[in-house]
Amino acid sequence: MTVALAFDIGLGILLLAVAGWAVAACSTYAATIAFIVYGLLLAIAWVRLFAVDVALTEAAIGSGVTGMLLLSAAARLRVIEPAAVAAGTPLRIAVGISCALISVALAAAILFPPDVVFTLAPAAMAHLPESGLGNPVAGVLFVYRSLDTLLEKAVLLLALLGVWSLAPDRFWGGIPGLQVYRQRNAILIFFAQILPPLGIMVGIYMTWVGADHPGGAFQGGAVLAVMWILVMIAGLRDVPPIGQRWMRLLVVVGPVVFLAIGLAGFALAGAFLGYPAGYAKPFIIVIEVTLQISIAVTLGLLAAGPPERIQPQ
Amino acid sequence: MTAAVFADATTAGGYFLVLAIILPVAGILLSLVLGGRYAERIALILLPAGLAVAVAIFAIVWRGGEPVVYIVGGWQPPLGLALRADGISVAMLVTAAVVICATGLFAREEFRQPPGQPEARAPLVFWILLLAIWSALNALVLGDDLFNLYVALELLTFAAVPLVCLKGYEETIRAALRYLLFALLGSVLYLLGTALLYGAYGTLDIVLLSTRLRPEPVSWIAAALMTAGLLAKTALFPLHIWLPPAHAGAPAPGSAVLSALVVKGSFFLIVRLWFDAMPGLMNSAAAQFLATLGAGAVLFGSVVALRQQRLKLLIAYSTIAQIGYLFFIFPLAMGAMASEPWNDVGWTGGWIQLFSHAFAKAAMFMAAGLIAESLGHDRIAGFAGIGRVLPITTFTFGIAGLSLMGVPPTGGFVAKWLLLQATVMEGQWWWAAVMLVGGLLAGGYIFMVLGKMLCSADVPVKVCASVTRSREVVALTLALCAVLLGLVPLRPSALLQIGRPAIPAVNSR
Amino acid sequence: MNAAMLFGLCGAALVGFGLFGLVTNPQPLRKILAFNLLGSGVFLLFGVIARRGAAAGLGADPVPQAFVITGIVVAFSATALAVALLLRLFEATGQATLSADDAEEDSR
Repeated sequence: MTVALAFDIGLGILLLAVAGWAVAACSTYAATIAFIVYGLLLAIAWVRLFAVDVALTEAAIGSGVTGMLLLSAAARLRVIEPAAVAAGTPLRIAVGISCALISVALAAAILFPPDVVFTLAPAAMAHLPESGLGNPVAGVLFVYRSLDTLLEKAVLLLALLGVWSLAPDRFWGGIPGLQVYRQRNAILIFFAQILPPLGIMVGIYMTWVGADHPGGAFQGGAVLAVMWILVMIAGLRDVPPIGQRWMRLLVVVGPVVFLAIGLAGFALAGAFLGYPAGYAKPFIIVIEVTLQISIAVTLGLLAAGPPERIQPQ
Repeated sequence: MTAAVFADATTAGGYFLVLAIILPVAGILLSLVLGGRYAERIALILLPAGLAVAVAIFAIVWRGGEPVVYIVGGWQPPLGLALRADGISVAMLVTAAVVICATGLFAREEFRQPPGQPEARAPLVFWILLLAIWSALNALVLGDDLFNLYVALELLTFAAVPLVCLKGYEETIRAALRYLLFALLGSVLYLLGTALLYGAYGTLDIVLLSTRLRPEPVSWIAAALMTAGLLAKTALFPLHIWLPPAHAGAPAPGSAVLSALVVKGSFFLIVRLWFDAMPGLMNSAAAQFLATLGAGAVLFGSVVALRQQRLKLLIAYSTIAQIGYLFFIFPLAMGAMASEPWNDVGWTGGWIQLFSHAFAKAAMFMAAGLIAESLGHDRIAGFAGIGRVLPITTFTFGIAGLSLMGVPPTGGFVAKWLLLQATVMEGQWWWAAVMLVGGLLAGGYIFMVLGKMLCSADVPVKVCASVTRSREVVALTLALCAVLLGLVPLRPSALLQIGRPAIPAVNSR
Repeated sequence: MNAAMLFGLCGAALVGFGLFGLVTNPQPLRKILAFNLLGSGVFLLFGVIARRGAAAGLGADPVPQAFVITGIVVAFSATALAVALLLRLFEATGQATLSADDAEEDSR
């Protein structure tokens, strides 16, 4: 029993306990706090699994922005909290047994791994020098399986449009209803003045260094988005209306550049989303930088919600 | 039946596959930036272009007799991913293109951006969602990698859900939220299955997976989870409760696309999974189970449709019933004898059912939308005399209904004939009984509505808005496409067999 | 028993928790939360598979890691859309429930 294993066991037990609390807690507010804590613990677990890119993404997006979204929703829905009616006990027992069976089946799949372990790590590493990258996860995301990333960016945009479409007709093009602190909260304003310059630096660095080390456009973009949200919540900057052309351009610039480079691949490399030999890294850097901007703006707008008013408050 | 050919290079014309997916995405990006007025124009330019691409791919596959493959980025699977167009893909591509083009033409009047006014919500959102659904469907039928298919599934869901609540009424918002939650449950179960498959076999490429897969517990669990998730998205009984309010609450062009195409996307994936990715795994018990659920859907959907008072809800329940027919493909395409593990009659019948239902249901929802616009409501009891006011629309509804019932000379008849023939060949007569009962029940609810429409009213029917002739003609054209499918010869289609893998003769029973 | 197997068992349990919460809890916001738990459990399973595929000097197979990053972004988009729908439902009706008292549809 080494120290590392003891740490892992402790982390695992803590993860399950907090997750169980998030499911079973009576108050939604407590469940959401539990979920945020769970997300941060999960990020540590990812580091223990040697997947640092994933740990960064989980901490930034999976726990950070998602937690913020759920927390603000829980705050708005607090008034109707006591009215919820629990599901009937026979149903819960039946579902509980089915879920337990599924978990046992998955655990069996984990405990009895296949004899032959197929892995794509050698193939990924072998081709990595061709693209000039040092981070194999970035290689998978932007070189080997870049169609997935392109379509995923479209998914993000669709989600944004879907959120916007929920606004009543008269508020279209207006200002999202991100809850802003109206009273001057000195601590929040202090943090909103100190953190963003640091955060922006960290975000840009994360994207820049993501070509060779853990990091990348998604992680860096999430950090930038969070800084923007912080500034808006503290009231230091107005929440912008959604009809503005510059905002639409920023949201779209990442996927447009990605698509354009992909189409250029037909001419330069003979395949869609292929890169010319030896020149892959500059193209990928351009894609990552523009993608980071788009992701930052898109995540911030997703957190801000649908437009709820026309006039600024 | 040809064995699956995995070309280790892109075949001729492969770039059309990329265009099919990318053109609508480019349209979405341009529409978002350029805004309201241009969204409709961009869509109307891309619709014929996309149709041309779909027809081009269809022609290449039909003439060549081989699937078209495109290796994205030049990276071979398993490290990279591939796009692959076989017989059923190209048929789906063309069907989707035709239905979406017709929907675009039909929706021009309802979702027009008034000139000279600031950007309106509904038109911009509708045109972008239409393009997104098209791109996602193309990605679903052309994708050859299970994770790429997951991203395409999510794209489809996120494009379909806002369409449900586009009108903004509260019950549509509730329906949209329920749809989203069901769809998310489905996606996550699907992803769980892909995790197990990657862990066991090291690849998610469908063709490679079919060579590496062995019938062991891991594959069974993965298949069960993925199928369960996709069944939730296809709204197969008993996971159907989200569909009626969602499809009935969407605007008419939205309902047309949702019922005709969106639910078929996840069904297409189930077929891909069972017949292409895991060909040795399907055994008789699993197939009978799926078809039993399908039979339940046919009977339940038809009976509940008979009790509906609103036309759009009736059509939505009819969708639930017709989706049930699709699942007869599983026991009927699998051959009864070990020496002939494949029954192409059943296979062709199931797919023709899918295509004819797509055309007929889209036409029916469009007709219902026109009637609702004209009368101001869609209560069937108040339809008396509408046959005089909207004769073309009534005729459209009638033809579409004939296809759903399976009456010649429609595509529905060809489909049911082939399926019945397959049940006789396989000796599984019980599905024949279900199909005949389903046909009778469909006749019941179709004639219930048609009868009301055609009878003359004591009081002249109050028309609150006039309906343009061009929209009626668009709906009629779609219904005629369903009739056109009836001209297909009553035997297995060679096109739909292109790219079928060789199913191992030994199935565990 | 190493770290990978341990976290894999955690992932399996989390899938069970999340699925139970998603199906049984009546409040939509708790369903969304449970969906996120379920998703993270699935991602942990991918992570275990990645760790098992450590080779060529890497600590983990990069392909499943890319799957998880894509999945996290998609799950966040789904959460954002679902939360927006829920809040809009709450604004429109004053309730946030999916109960089937919408069987009676009003004609428009």
